[in-house]
Amino acid sequence: MTATGQPAAPRTDERLLRTSPLRKLLGRPELGSVVGAAAVFLFFAIVADSFLQASSLGTVLYAASTIGIMAAPVALLMIGGEFDLSAGVMVTSSALISSMFSYQMTANVWVGVLVSLLITLGFGAFNGFMLTRTKLPSFIITLGTFLMLTGLNLGFTKLISGTVSTKAIGNMEGFDSARKVFASYLTVGGVELKVTILWWAGLVAIATWILIRTRFGNWIFAVGGQSDAARAVGVPVIRTRIGLYLGVAFAAWVSGQHLLFSYDVVQSGEGVGNELIYIIAAVIGGCLITGGYGSAVGSAVGAIIFGMTSKGIVYAEWNPDWFKFFLGAMLLLATLLNAWVRKRAEATK
Amino acid sequence: MARVRTGVRAMGAVLAAVLAASLAGCSSTGGKRAEERAAQQAAEGRSAVNTPRWTFAMVTHSGDGDTFWDIVQKGAKQAAEKDNINFLYSHNDEGQQQAELVQTAIDKKVDGLIVSLAKPDSMKTVVAKAVKAGIPVITVNSGSAESKAFGALTHIGQDESIAGEAVGDELNGRKRKKVLCVLHEQGNVGHEQRCAGAKKTFDGTMQNLYVDGTNMPDVQSSIEAKLSADKDIDAVVTLGAPFAAAAVKAKRTAGSETEVDTFDLNASVAAGLKDKSLGFAVDQQPYLQGYEAVDLLWLYRYNQNVLGGGLPVLTGPQVITADDADALAEYTNRGTR
Repeated sequence: MTATGQPAAPRTDERLLRTSPLRKLLGRPELGSVVGAAAVFLFFAIVADSFLQASSLGTVLYAASTIGIMAAPVALLMIGGEFDLSAGVMVTSSALISSMFSYQMTANVWVGVLVSLLITLGFGAFNGFMLTRTKLPSFIITLGTFLMLTGLNLGFTKLISGTVSTKAIGNMEGFDSARKVFASYLTVGGVELKVTILWWAGLVAIATWILIRTRFGNWIFAVGGQSDAARAVGVPVIRTRIGLYLGVAFAAWVSGQHLLFSYDVVQSGEGVGNELIYIIAAVIGGCLITGGYGSAVGSAVGAIIFGMTSKGIVYAEWNPDWFKFFLGAMLLLATLLNAWVRKRAEATK
Repeated sequence: MARVRTGVRAMGAVLAAVLAASLAGCSSTGGKRAEERAAQQAAEGRSAVNTPRWTFAMVTHSGDGDTFWDIVQKGAKQAAEKDNINFLYSHNDEGQQQAELVQTAIDKKVDGLIVSLAKPDSMKTVVAKAVKAGIPVITVNSGSAESKAFGALTHIGQDESIAGEAVGDELNGRKRKKVLCVLHEQGNVGHEQRCAGAKKTFDGTMQNLYVDGTNMPDVQSSIEAKLSADKDIDAVVTLGAPFAAAAVKAKRTAGSETEVDTFDLNASVAAGLKDKSLGFAVDQQPYLQGYEAVDLLWLYRYNQNVLGGGLPVLTGPQVITADDADALAEYTNRGTR
């Protein structure tokens, strides 16, 4: 009966609707954390007069980079819906392996660095493999790895070096070039910028590219959002998860080498508790604890907030006893802000 | 809305109950009031000098809420008050974090720096930076071997090996045969040196037991298990005052006759020495470490004085037994010994 009628208006798919740039911005996971970071920055700029010095900003950026290097792959892992509680001690393990292998074998330091990379990736693969094989929650699997690595760090170091810290390797071949790569700094206009800031920027850029521009990035979102549905449409869930854990292990290796080549000696008992800091940075940056949502840039902003707070309290000459309290309050505020921004963004779609 | 109101009402009821309970039963001994009375009797803090208000920063490797470092801080604050110093304190038990805190002090351009070198390798670069920036540095508590090489003016503290040797001697004097050395911080070089020093001078056999110092029940149960398993142990040496109490509890539950001795002091250790539940304590006078560090920095800024003649200034070991406990009780209660 419509042979002579007007053709119906073309109905477009709602997913193809053009959204305004502002609305696009409001829908970004890291928006809440950017607002938070600006607030924290302003706050410390006002209360601490030495906070705005160039040298202080260098210190803050360095503090942020040491967390941010780990927070980027941890954010990806959390978008994929999993945890890694072994990330903190894995950094120490990686540094210990590198140092002790070089020293005991009297090898060029780079040999130790590469051996350490392989073994640390092995830890990551172990986490991923156990997770996909046993179907236990990643919280439990990586808690086990965390405890085992803590024990291995202490036990092996004591067994091999006879003390609780490694032997100095500063006079060995390759140390200087390795230090250049992992722990050097540039002085730009009186500000010391550590090389970790470059590593951090690089890792965040790669993580962002993976998330937004590659098929693997789509898989991460799919696996974290709804893994059964993802498997049903042909996403290689197991490979994706193992890949994510390998990413965390790689970053742990970078951080570990930085520790080793900054200080030449590694203390075996360190790193415990840092895994939570990486998770906090990712969550402040907009990652959902349930997976399927978040961004790598957000983790970087989270790390910056963390660096500003931890150092800002010192610059402001406050009693450091209160630091953890501020951290907890900030975590809650940032997460609430994220949730609120996300709700608003979804409501205006 | 109704739910909110009941919540408010419940909170009000709880608050009222707490207030009523605190008013109903007053204690005539101890508590906050006794402390306030004692504080009133003590001298009021006023600076005794007219030098400019310098800023000194102290950065230590203490964990959160550590009793020992609290006493060090008290001493430092007392000296800062007297010397008209703006005193800043910060701490972190991770080497890298501690180094970053020292860096923040350098950024602030402080007039003096006090650091503990429990992890000397982590601190090396940043202390050198402070020295290069013209900030006088004094090291406290740990790092007597590295202090001079790092460019510090003086080191104030206890040589851990010497302190350990003093313990070994004391145990010999008490005719002990088999001793357990309880280390509550895996990874602390100073602790290893203490037990090694004690082993060196002690004629009997000595074993190390590692426990998790952040978890008191775990400390107690580990010592308990060890004492139950090995009935020949006739002395337990703990490396920190809070752990002595745990060792005494463990000894009771294990039904062991062993003697408990400890490094460092606090109020309960002083009381334990008095009632003979503890054998002896080795004190390194933390109050002195904080006080002297600030005071020596002041002397350096005011008069370029340096103490120690290039050698560490030792604040210990001081072996304290039941005979000395009485005199110390007042000071341990005050939290300065």
